[in-house]
Amino acid sequence: MTQFTADDMQRIMIASGGEPEPGDGTDISSTSFEDLGYDSLAVMGMAARIEGEFGVRVPDQVVVELQTPSDFVDYVNGRMVTA
Amino acid sequence: MGHSCVITGIGVVAPTGVGLAEHWSATLAGRSGLGTITRFDPSGYPARVAGEVRGADPTTAVPSRLRVQTDRWTHLGLVAAELALADAGVDPSALDEFEMGVVTASSSGGTEFGQREIERLWAAGPAHVGPFQSIAWFYAATTGQVSIRYGMRGPCGVICTEQSGALDALAQARRMLRGHARLVVTGGTDASLCPYGLVAQLSSGGLSRTLDPRRAYLPFDSGAAGYVPGEGGAILIMEDEETARDRGATRPYGRVAGCAAAFAPLPGPHRGGDGPPQDGLERAARLALADAGVEPSGVDVVFADASGLPDRDLAEAATLARIFGPYGVPVTAPKTLTGRLYAGGAALDVATALLAIRDGLIPPTVGVSSLAPGCEIDLVRDSARPACVRTALVLARGFGGFNAAAVLTACGQQHAAVYSGAPGTRAPAAADLGEER
Repeated sequence: MTQFTADDMQRIMIASGGEPEPGDGTDISSTSFEDLGYDSLAVMGMAARIEGEFGVRVPDQVVVELQTPSDFVDYVNGRMVTA
Repeated sequence: MGHSCVITGIGVVAPTGVGLAEHWSATLAGRSGLGTITRFDPSGYPARVAGEVRGADPTTAVPSRLRVQTDRWTHLGLVAAELALADAGVDPSALDEFEMGVVTASSSGGTEFGQREIERLWAAGPAHVGPFQSIAWFYAATTGQVSIRYGMRGPCGVICTEQSGALDALAQARRMLRGHARLVVTGGTDASLCPYGLVAQLSSGGLSRTLDPRRAYLPFDSGAAGYVPGEGGAILIMEDEETARDRGATRPYGRVAGCAAAFAPLPGPHRGGDGPPQDGLERAARLALADAGVEPSGVDVVFADASGLPDRDLAEAATLARIFGPYGVPVTAPKTLTGRLYAGGAALDVATALLAIRDGLIPPTVGVSSLAPGCEIDLVRDSARPACVRTALVLARGFGGFNAAAVLTACGQQHAAVYSGAPGTRAPAAADLGEER
Protein backbone atom coordinates (compact mmCIF):
# COMPACT_ATOMS: atom_id res chain seq x y z
CA MET A 1 0.00 0.00 0.00
CA THR A 2 1.28 3.44 -0.96
CA GLN A 3 2.55 5.69 1.77
CA PHE A 4 2.96 9.45 1.61
CA THR A 5 6.34 10.00 3.23
CA ALA A 6 8.16 13.01 4.64
CA ASP A 7 10.50 12.75 1.65
CA ASP A 8 7.54 12.93 -0.74
CA MET A 9 6.35 16.02 1.09
CA GLN A 10 9.74 17.67 0.92
CA ARG A 11 10.03 16.98 -2.80
CA ILE A 12 6.57 18.45 -3.41
CA MET A 13 7.32 21.46 -1.22
CA ILE A 14 10.39 22.32 -3.28
CA ALA A 15 8.60 21.74 -6.59
CA SER A 16 5.70 23.98 -5.58
CA GLY A 17 7.36 26.68 -3.59
CA GLY A 18 11.13 26.46 -3.98
CA GLU A 19 13.80 25.64 -1.41
CA PRO A 20 12.76 26.28 2.22
CA GLU A 21 14.37 28.92 4.37
CA PRO A 22 17.54 27.45 5.88
CA GLY A 23 16.53 26.68 9.44
CA ASP A 24 18.35 26.41 12.75
CA GLY A 25 18.90 22.68 12.30
CA THR A 26 15.57 21.59 13.76
CA ASP A 27 13.52 19.10 11.79
CA ILE A 28 11.71 20.99 9.04
CA SER A 29 8.82 18.51 9.18
CA SER A 30 7.60 20.16 12.35
CA THR A 31 8.48 23.73 11.33
CA SER A 32 5.58 25.90 10.21
CA PHE A 33 5.24 26.75 6.54
CA GLU A 34 5.44 30.40 7.52
CA ASP A 35 8.83 29.88 9.18
CA LEU A 36 9.98 27.87 6.17
CA GLY A 37 9.17 30.91 4.01
CA TYR A 38 6.14 29.51 2.16
CA ASP A 39 3.10 31.68 1.63
CA SER A 40 -0.48 30.46 1.22
CA LEU A 41 -0.20 30.18 -2.58
CA ALA A 42 2.82 27.91 -2.22
CA VAL A 43 0.91 25.66 0.22
CA MET A 44 -2.12 25.56 -2.10
CA GLY A 45 0.22 24.45 -4.87
CA MET A 46 1.51 21.63 -2.66
CA ALA A 47 -2.04 20.43 -2.02
CA ALA A 48 -2.78 20.41 -5.76
CA ARG A 49 0.34 18.39 -6.52
CA ILE A 50 -0.47 15.89 -3.77
CA GLU A 51 -3.91 15.36 -5.24
CA GLY A 52 -2.44 14.89 -8.73
CA GLU A 53 0.16 12.38 -7.56
CA PHE A 54 -1.48 10.56 -4.66
CA GLY A 55 -5.16 11.02 -5.41
CA VAL A 56 -5.92 12.57 -2.04
CA ARG A 57 -7.81 15.82 -2.16
CA VAL A 58 -6.94 18.33 0.54
CA PRO A 59 -9.84 20.81 0.59
CA ASP A 60 -8.96 24.53 0.86
CA GLN A 61 -10.53 24.78 4.33
CA VAL A 62 -8.26 21.94 5.47
CA VAL A 63 -5.16 23.40 3.76
CA VAL A 64 -5.35 26.49 5.97
CA GLU A 65 -5.44 24.26 9.08
CA LEU A 66 -2.31 22.30 8.15
CA GLN A 67 0.54 24.32 9.59
CA THR A 68 3.56 22.07 9.04
CA PRO A 69 4.82 19.47 6.54
CA SER A 70 4.16 16.68 9.05
CA ASP A 71 0.54 17.88 9.41
CA PHE A 72 0.21 17.28 5.66
CA VAL A 73 1.88 13.85 5.86
CA ASP A 74 -0.47 12.78 8.66
CA TYR A 75 -3.58 14.08 6.91
CA VAL A 76 -2.74 12.53 3.56
CA ASN A 77 -1.79 9.17 5.05
CA GLY A 78 -4.99 9.15 7.07
CA ARG A 79 -7.02 9.65 3.93
CA MET A 80 -5.14 6.97 2.02
CA VAL A 81 -5.83 4.39 4.71
CA THR A 82 -9.57 5.03 4.68
CA ALA A 83 -9.72 5.22 0.88
CA MET B 1 12.63 74.34 -10.58
CA GLY B 2 11.90 72.46 -7.37
CA HIS B 3 13.14 68.90 -7.54
CA SER B 4 16.06 67.86 -9.66
CA CYS B 5 15.80 64.15 -10.33
CA VAL B 6 18.98 62.21 -10.88
CA ILE B 7 19.88 58.62 -11.74
CA THR B 8 22.25 57.30 -9.09
CA GLY B 9 22.33 53.60 -9.93
CA ILE B 10 22.00 51.44 -13.02
CA GLY B 11 21.52 47.69 -13.31
CA VAL B 12 21.71 46.14 -16.76
CA VAL B 13 20.70 42.62 -17.80
CA ALA B 14 20.76 42.53 -21.58
CA PRO B 15 21.91 40.57 -24.62
CA THR B 16 24.98 42.81 -24.55
CA GLY B 17 25.87 41.68 -21.05
CA VAL B 18 25.00 41.53 -17.38
CA GLY B 19 26.21 44.53 -15.42
CA LEU B 20 27.22 47.96 -16.64
CA ALA B 21 30.83 47.23 -17.57
CA GLU B 22 30.01 44.21 -19.72
CA HIS B 23 27.13 45.97 -21.46
CA TRP B 24 29.09 49.14 -22.13
CA SER B 25 32.20 47.44 -23.48
CA ALA B 26 30.10 45.25 -25.83
CA THR B 27 28.08 48.28 -26.91
CA LEU B 28 31.13 50.41 -27.68
CA ALA B 29 32.79 47.56 -29.53
CA GLY B 30 29.63 46.82 -31.48
CA ARG B 31 29.48 43.22 -30.25
CA SER B 32 26.04 41.99 -31.16
CA GLY B 33 23.87 39.95 -28.82
CA LEU B 34 21.63 38.83 -31.69
CA GLY B 35 21.43 35.22 -32.80
CA THR B 36 19.05 32.41 -33.65
CA ILE B 37 16.70 31.78 -30.73
CA THR B 38 17.97 29.08 -28.35
CA ARG B 39 15.36 29.26 -25.58
CA PHE B 40 13.10 27.03 -27.69
CA ASP B 41 13.27 25.46 -31.13
CA PRO B 42 12.26 28.31 -33.45
CA SER B 43 12.47 26.32 -36.67
CA GLY B 44 8.70 26.21 -37.06
CA TYR B 45 8.32 29.98 -36.83
CA PRO B 46 8.87 32.61 -39.53
CA ALA B 47 10.89 34.90 -37.22
CA ARG B 48 13.88 33.20 -35.59
CA VAL B 49 16.40 35.86 -34.62
CA ALA B 50 16.39 37.47 -31.19
CA GLY B 51 18.60 39.05 -28.58
CA GLU B 52 18.94 36.62 -25.67
CA VAL B 53 20.69 37.06 -22.36
CA ARG B 54 23.43 34.45 -22.83
CA GLY B 55 26.27 32.97 -20.87
CA ALA B 56 25.97 32.05 -17.22
CA ASP B 57 22.30 32.33 -16.29
CA PRO B 58 22.08 35.45 -14.13
CA THR B 59 18.68 34.45 -12.78
CA THR B 60 20.23 31.71 -10.62
CA ALA B 61 20.94 34.60 -8.24
CA VAL B 62 17.19 34.91 -7.61
CA PRO B 63 16.30 33.01 -4.42
CA SER B 64 14.58 29.70 -5.09
CA ARG B 65 11.22 30.54 -3.47
CA LEU B 66 11.00 33.79 -5.40
CA ARG B 67 12.07 32.11 -8.58
CA VAL B 68 9.28 29.53 -8.67
CA GLN B 69 6.59 32.16 -8.26
CA THR B 70 7.81 34.58 -10.93
CA ASP B 71 8.34 34.73 -14.67
CA ARG B 72 11.73 35.12 -16.33
CA TRP B 73 10.92 38.77 -17.04
CA THR B 74 10.65 39.34 -13.30
CA HIS B 75 13.82 37.28 -12.67
CA LEU B 76 15.71 39.61 -15.01
CA GLY B 77 14.13 42.61 -13.28
CA LEU B 78 15.12 41.32 -9.84
CA VAL B 79 18.71 40.77 -10.95
CA ALA B 80 18.84 44.23 -12.53
CA ALA B 81 17.31 45.83 -9.41
CA GLU B 82 19.92 44.19 -7.19
CA LEU B 83 22.70 45.46 -9.48
CA ALA B 84 21.19 48.94 -9.59
CA LEU B 85 20.84 49.26 -5.81
CA ALA B 86 24.42 48.07 -5.32
CA ASP B 87 25.61 50.50 -8.00
CA ALA B 88 23.82 53.34 -6.23
CA GLY B 89 25.26 52.30 -2.88
CA VAL B 90 21.77 52.11 -1.42
CA ASP B 91 20.99 50.01 1.63
CA PRO B 92 17.18 49.91 1.54
CA SER B 93 16.99 48.77 5.16
CA ALA B 94 18.61 52.06 6.20
CA LEU B 95 15.93 54.23 4.58
CA ASP B 96 12.33 54.96 5.52
CA GLU B 97 10.27 52.19 3.91
CA PHE B 98 7.50 54.63 2.97
CA GLU B 99 9.90 56.96 1.16
CA MET B 100 10.99 54.30 -1.34
CA GLY B 101 8.82 53.65 -4.37
CA VAL B 102 8.88 51.29 -7.35
CA VAL B 103 7.51 51.89 -10.84
CA THR B 104 8.52 49.63 -13.70
CA ALA B 105 7.33 49.19 -17.24
CA SER B 106 5.85 45.92 -18.45
CA SER B 107 4.87 45.11 -21.97
CA SER B 108 3.44 41.61 -22.06
CA GLY B 109 3.62 40.32 -18.50
CA GLY B 110 4.83 36.82 -17.71
CA THR B 111 4.37 35.03 -21.02
CA GLU B 112 6.82 32.16 -20.56
CA PHE B 113 5.35 31.28 -17.16
CA GLY B 114 1.86 31.65 -18.64
CA GLN B 115 2.62 29.38 -21.54
CA ARG B 116 3.82 26.63 -19.20
CA GLU B 117 0.66 26.86 -17.11
CA ILE B 118 -1.59 26.91 -20.17
CA GLU B 119 0.17 23.78 -21.41
CA ARG B 120 -0.63 22.14 -18.05
CA LEU B 121 -4.23 23.28 -18.29
CA TRP B 122 -4.77 21.64 -21.67
CA ALA B 123 -2.56 18.60 -21.13
CA ALA B 124 -3.55 17.67 -17.58
CA GLY B 125 -6.50 19.81 -16.48
CA PRO B 126 -7.27 22.84 -14.31
CA ALA B 127 -6.01 21.23 -11.07
CA HIS B 128 -2.51 21.16 -12.54
CA VAL B 129 -2.29 24.91 -13.07
CA GLY B 130 -0.06 26.22 -10.30
CA PRO B 131 -1.50 28.91 -8.02
CA PHE B 132 1.43 31.24 -8.74
CA GLN B 133 0.04 31.78 -12.24
CA SER B 134 -2.36 34.19 -10.51
CA ILE B 135 0.50 36.56 -9.71
CA ALA B 136 3.34 35.63 -12.10
CA TRP B 137 1.73 36.74 -15.34
CA PHE B 138 0.52 40.05 -14.00
CA TYR B 139 2.08 43.26 -15.36
CA ALA B 140 2.77 44.61 -11.88
CA ALA B 141 4.60 41.44 -10.75
CA THR B 142 8.11 42.85 -11.13
CA THR B 143 7.21 46.05 -9.32
CA GLY B 144 5.49 44.09 -6.55
CA GLN B 145 8.31 41.60 -6.06
CA VAL B 146 10.94 44.36 -5.95
CA SER B 147 8.79 46.25 -3.48
CA ILE B 148 8.39 43.18 -1.24
CA ARG B 149 12.01 42.08 -1.49
CA TYR B 150 13.44 45.42 -0.40
CA GLY B 151 10.63 46.58 1.83
CA MET B 152 9.81 49.55 -0.37
CA ARG B 153 6.35 50.53 0.76
CA GLY B 154 6.07 53.99 -0.77
CA PRO B 155 4.20 54.68 -4.01
CA CYS B 156 4.34 51.75 -6.44
CA GLY B 157 2.93 51.11 -9.88
CA VAL B 158 3.42 49.67 -13.32
CA ILE B 159 3.27 51.37 -16.71
CA CYS B 160 1.98 49.43 -19.71
CA THR B 161 2.56 51.53 -22.80
CA GLU B 162 4.25 48.82 -24.83
CA GLN B 163 7.71 49.81 -26.05
CA SER B 164 7.58 53.38 -24.77
CA GLY B 165 6.81 52.11 -21.28
CA ALA B 166 10.19 52.64 -19.66
CA LEU B 167 10.24 56.35 -20.52
CA ASP B 168 6.74 56.73 -19.17
CA ALA B 169 7.87 54.91 -16.02
CA LEU B 170 10.71 57.40 -15.70
CA ALA B 171 8.20 60.24 -15.90
CA GLN B 172 6.06 58.57 -13.25
CA ALA B 173 9.10 58.05 -11.01
CA ARG B 174 9.78 61.77 -11.27
CA ARG B 175 6.21 62.54 -10.19
CA MET B 176 6.68 60.23 -7.19
CA LEU B 177 9.82 62.12 -6.19
CA ARG B 178 7.86 65.35 -6.30
CA GLY B 179 5.56 63.76 -3.76
CA HIS B 180 6.76 61.94 -0.66
CA ALA B 181 9.21 59.47 -2.18
CA ARG B 182 12.94 60.09 -1.86
CA LEU B 183 14.06 57.14 -3.97
CA VAL B 184 12.31 55.29 -6.78
CA VAL B 185 13.34 52.04 -8.44
CA THR B 186 12.32 52.37 -12.07
CA GLY B 187 13.07 51.18 -15.62
CA GLY B 188 11.88 47.90 -17.02
CA THR B 189 12.65 44.48 -18.41
CA ASP B 190 10.99 42.01 -20.72
CA ALA B 191 11.44 38.35 -21.58
CA SER B 192 8.92 37.13 -24.08
CA LEU B 193 11.09 34.68 -25.98
CA CYS B 194 8.77 31.69 -25.84
CA PRO B 195 6.46 30.39 -28.58
CA TYR B 196 3.44 32.13 -27.04
CA GLY B 197 5.30 35.43 -26.77
CA LEU B 198 6.73 35.20 -30.25
CA VAL B 199 3.38 34.37 -31.85
CA ALA B 200 1.76 37.29 -30.04
CA GLN B 201 4.47 39.56 -31.42
CA LEU B 202 4.13 38.14 -34.93
CA SER B 203 0.59 39.45 -35.06
CA SER B 204 1.87 43.03 -35.24
CA GLY B 205 3.44 42.22 -38.60
CA GLY B 206 6.66 44.00 -37.65
CA LEU B 207 9.02 41.14 -36.80
CA SER B 208 11.87 40.58 -39.22
CA ARG B 209 11.77 37.28 -41.08
CA THR B 210 15.40 37.60 -42.11
CA LEU B 211 17.26 34.60 -40.69
CA ASP B 212 20.77 36.10 -40.76
CA PRO B 213 21.31 37.79 -37.37
CA ARG B 214 23.58 40.37 -39.00
CA ARG B 215 20.86 41.42 -41.46
CA ALA B 216 17.68 40.92 -39.45
CA TYR B 217 17.39 44.36 -37.79
CA LEU B 218 18.72 47.29 -39.81
CA PRO B 219 16.87 50.45 -38.81
CA PHE B 220 17.21 53.39 -41.23
CA ASP B 221 18.93 51.10 -43.74
CA SER B 222 17.69 50.72 -47.32
CA GLY B 223 17.40 47.00 -46.52
CA ALA B 224 15.34 47.46 -43.35
CA ALA B 225 12.77 44.67 -43.04
CA GLY B 226 11.41 44.79 -39.54
CA TYR B 227 12.82 44.33 -36.07
CA VAL B 228 13.85 41.47 -33.85
CA PRO B 229 12.72 40.89 -30.27
CA GLY B 230 15.07 40.76 -27.33
CA GLU B 231 14.98 40.08 -23.60
CA GLY B 232 16.30 42.02 -20.65
CA GLY B 233 16.46 45.72 -19.96
CA ALA B 234 17.66 48.01 -17.21
CA ILE B 235 16.60 49.05 -13.75
CA LEU B 236 17.44 52.57 -12.66
CA ILE B 237 17.59 54.20 -9.24
CA MET B 238 16.13 57.70 -9.35
CA GLU B 239 16.51 60.12 -6.46
CA ASP B 240 16.07 63.74 -5.67
CA GLU B 241 19.48 65.27 -6.24
CA GLU B 242 19.67 66.91 -2.81
CA THR B 243 18.55 63.92 -0.78
CA ALA B 244 20.90 61.73 -2.82
CA ARG B 245 23.75 64.07 -1.92
CA ASP B 246 22.71 63.97 1.72
CA ARG B 247 23.20 60.21 1.82
CA GLY B 248 26.57 60.51 0.11
CA ALA B 249 25.64 59.88 -3.54
CA THR B 250 27.49 62.90 -4.84
CA ARG B 251 28.22 61.75 -8.38
CA PRO B 252 25.01 60.74 -10.14
CA TYR B 253 25.05 59.62 -13.77
CA GLY B 254 22.85 62.47 -14.86
CA ARG B 255 19.54 64.26 -14.50
CA VAL B 256 16.20 63.30 -15.91
CA ALA B 257 15.57 66.85 -17.03
CA GLY B 258 12.51 66.41 -19.21
CA CYS B 259 9.85 63.83 -19.96
CA ALA B 260 6.81 63.78 -22.18
CA ALA B 261 4.36 61.39 -23.79
CA ALA B 262 2.05 61.93 -26.75
CA PHE B 263 -0.50 59.62 -28.23
CA ALA B 264 -0.56 59.36 -32.00
CA PRO B 265 -3.92 60.27 -33.50
CA LEU B 266 -5.57 57.60 -35.60
CA PRO B 267 -5.09 58.19 -39.30
CA GLY B 268 -8.06 59.35 -41.33
CA PRO B 269 -10.30 62.36 -41.85
CA HIS B 270 -11.93 62.20 -38.43
CA ARG B 271 -8.75 63.02 -36.59
CA GLY B 272 -6.65 66.15 -36.67
CA GLY B 273 -9.06 68.19 -38.78
CA ASP B 274 -7.57 70.12 -41.69
CA GLY B 275 -4.41 71.08 -39.85
CA PRO B 276 -0.97 69.64 -40.45
CA PRO B 277 -0.51 65.97 -39.60
CA GLN B 278 0.12 65.56 -35.92
CA ASP B 279 3.20 63.51 -35.37
CA GLY B 280 3.05 62.01 -31.89
CA LEU B 281 6.78 61.42 -31.72
CA GLU B 282 7.52 65.03 -32.64
CA ARG B 283 5.10 66.31 -30.02
CA ALA B 284 6.62 64.07 -27.37
CA ALA B 285 10.16 65.16 -28.27
CA ARG B 286 9.31 68.88 -28.32
CA LEU B 287 7.36 68.66 -25.08
CA ALA B 288 10.23 66.83 -23.36
CA LEU B 289 12.72 69.43 -24.57
CA ALA B 290 10.44 72.22 -23.36
CA ASP B 291 10.04 70.44 -20.02
CA ALA B 292 13.83 70.32 -19.72
CA GLY B 293 14.23 73.92 -20.88
CA VAL B 294 16.56 72.74 -23.66
CA GLU B 295 16.57 74.09 -27.21
CA PRO B 296 17.04 71.54 -30.01
CA SER B 297 20.48 73.08 -30.63
CA GLY B 298 21.44 72.06 -27.10
CA VAL B 299 20.98 68.33 -27.75
CA ASP B 300 24.22 66.42 -28.27
CA VAL B 301 22.81 63.03 -29.26
CA VAL B 302 19.50 61.33 -29.99
CA PHE B 303 18.91 57.70 -29.07
CA ALA B 304 16.38 56.87 -31.74
CA ASP B 305 13.41 54.57 -31.45
CA ALA B 306 14.76 52.93 -34.63
CA SER B 307 11.82 50.74 -35.54
CA GLY B 308 13.38 48.85 -38.42
CA LEU B 309 10.13 49.13 -40.39
CA PRO B 310 10.83 51.34 -43.43
CA ASP B 311 7.81 53.63 -43.08
CA ARG B 312 8.36 54.14 -39.37
CA ASP B 313 12.09 54.73 -39.88
CA LEU B 314 11.27 57.35 -42.48
CA ALA B 315 8.73 58.99 -40.19
CA GLU B 316 11.23 59.14 -37.32
CA ALA B 317 13.99 60.51 -39.59
CA ALA B 318 11.55 63.18 -40.83
CA THR B 319 10.64 64.05 -37.24
CA LEU B 320 14.32 64.47 -36.36
CA ALA B 321 14.94 66.56 -39.48
CA ARG B 322 12.03 68.86 -38.58
CA ILE B 323 13.29 69.35 -35.03
CA PHE B 324 17.04 69.48 -35.58
CA GLY B 325 17.38 70.14 -39.31
CA PRO B 326 18.64 67.52 -41.78
CA TYR B 327 21.74 65.79 -40.38
CA GLY B 328 21.46 68.28 -37.52
CA VAL B 329 22.32 66.04 -34.55
CA PRO B 330 24.16 62.74 -34.05
CA VAL B 331 21.64 59.90 -33.93
CA THR B 332 22.31 56.39 -32.72
CA ALA B 333 20.52 53.08 -32.16
CA PRO B 334 22.63 50.72 -30.05
CA LYS B 335 19.53 48.55 -29.81
CA THR B 336 20.76 47.10 -33.12
CA LEU B 337 22.93 44.95 -30.80
CA THR B 338 20.11 43.72 -28.57
CA GLY B 339 16.92 43.75 -30.60
CA ARG B 340 13.89 45.55 -29.29
CA LEU B 341 13.46 44.76 -25.60
CA TYR B 342 9.86 46.00 -25.40
CA ALA B 343 9.36 47.31 -21.85
CA GLY B 344 13.11 47.06 -21.29
CA GLY B 345 14.20 48.79 -24.48
CA ALA B 346 13.94 52.44 -23.56
CA ALA B 347 15.28 51.69 -20.07
CA LEU B 348 18.42 50.23 -21.61
CA ASP B 349 18.67 53.24 -23.94
CA VAL B 350 18.51 55.55 -20.93
CA ALA B 351 21.27 53.55 -19.24
CA THR B 352 23.41 53.65 -22.37
CA ALA B 353 22.78 57.38 -22.88
CA LEU B 354 23.93 58.08 -19.32
CA LEU B 355 27.14 56.16 -20.01
CA ALA B 356 27.62 58.21 -23.19
CA ILE B 357 27.35 61.34 -21.03
CA ARG B 358 29.75 59.89 -18.47
CA ASP B 359 32.46 58.91 -20.92
CA GLY B 360 32.03 61.34 -23.82
CA LEU B 361 31.40 58.57 -26.33
CA ILE B 362 28.41 58.00 -28.58
CA PRO B 363 27.97 54.25 -29.07
CA PRO B 364 27.42 53.04 -32.61
CA THR B 365 24.50 51.73 -34.61
CA VAL B 366 25.67 48.43 -36.04
CA GLY B 367 24.95 46.80 -39.39
CA VAL B 368 23.56 49.75 -41.31
CA SER B 369 25.46 50.04 -44.60
CA SER B 370 23.36 52.47 -46.64
CA LEU B 371 20.81 54.91 -45.26
CA ALA B 372 17.37 54.54 -46.80
CA PRO B 373 16.48 57.33 -49.23
CA GLY B 374 14.86 60.16 -47.31
CA CYS B 375 16.55 59.38 -43.98
CA GLU B 376 18.42 62.64 -43.55
CA ILE B 377 20.05 61.84 -40.23
CA ASP B 378 23.62 61.80 -38.97
CA LEU B 379 23.58 58.17 -37.89
CA VAL B 380 26.59 57.19 -35.79
CA ARG B 381 27.64 53.94 -37.38
CA ASP B 382 30.04 51.04 -36.84
CA SER B 383 32.33 52.60 -34.23
CA ALA B 384 31.84 54.86 -31.24
CA ARG B 385 32.20 58.59 -31.81
CA PRO B 386 33.95 60.76 -29.22
CA ALA B 387 31.82 63.79 -28.41
CA CYS B 388 31.07 66.06 -25.50
CA VAL B 389 27.68 64.68 -24.48
CA ARG B 390 25.93 66.85 -21.93
CA THR B 391 22.38 66.41 -23.17
CA ALA B 392 20.79 63.30 -24.68
CA LEU B 393 17.29 62.84 -26.06
CA VAL B 394 15.88 59.32 -25.85
CA LEU B 395 12.88 58.46 -28.02
CA ALA B 396 10.54 55.48 -27.88
CA ARG B 397 7.44 54.39 -29.72
CA GLY B 398 5.07 51.64 -28.70
CA PHE B 399 2.68 49.59 -30.78
CA GLY B 400 -0.77 51.13 -30.70
CA GLY B 401 0.18 54.81 -30.85
CA PHE B 402 2.41 55.34 -27.81
CA ASN B 403 5.19 57.91 -28.08
CA ALA B 404 7.53 59.05 -25.34
CA ALA B 405 10.67 61.14 -24.98
CA ALA B 406 13.12 61.82 -22.19
CA VAL B 407 15.87 64.42 -21.92
CA LEU B 408 18.92 63.44 -19.86
CA THR B 409 21.53 66.00 -18.88
CA ALA B 410 24.93 65.90 -17.24
CA CYS B 411 25.14 67.05 -13.63
CA GLY B 412 27.21 70.16 -13.00
CA GLN B 413 30.59 70.41 -14.69
CA GLN B 414 31.72 66.87 -14.09
CA HIS B 415 31.09 65.40 -17.51
CA ALA B 416 32.43 68.13 -19.74
CA ALA B 417 35.20 66.07 -21.29
CA VAL B 418 35.22 64.29 -24.60
CA TYR B 419 36.80 60.86 -24.55
CA SER B 420 40.46 61.64 -25.04
CA GLY B 421 41.61 58.61 -27.00
CA ALA B 422 43.50 59.22 -30.19
CA PRO B 423 41.21 60.54 -32.93
CA GLY B 424 39.91 57.93 -35.31
CA THR B 425 40.86 54.99 -33.12
CA ARG B 426 38.36 52.30 -32.31
CA ALA B 427 36.40 52.59 -29.15
CA PRO B 428 38.27 51.46 -26.06
CA ALA B 429 37.30 48.57 -23.85
CA ALA B 430 35.26 49.57 -20.83
CA ALA B 431 38.14 48.62 -18.56
CA ASP B 432 40.11 51.51 -20.03
CA LEU B 433 37.33 54.00 -19.41
CA GLY B 434 36.59 56.18 -16.46
CA GLU B 435 35.48 53.50 -14.05
CA GLU B 436 36.64 55.64 -11.15
CA ARG B 437 33.37 57.56 -11.33
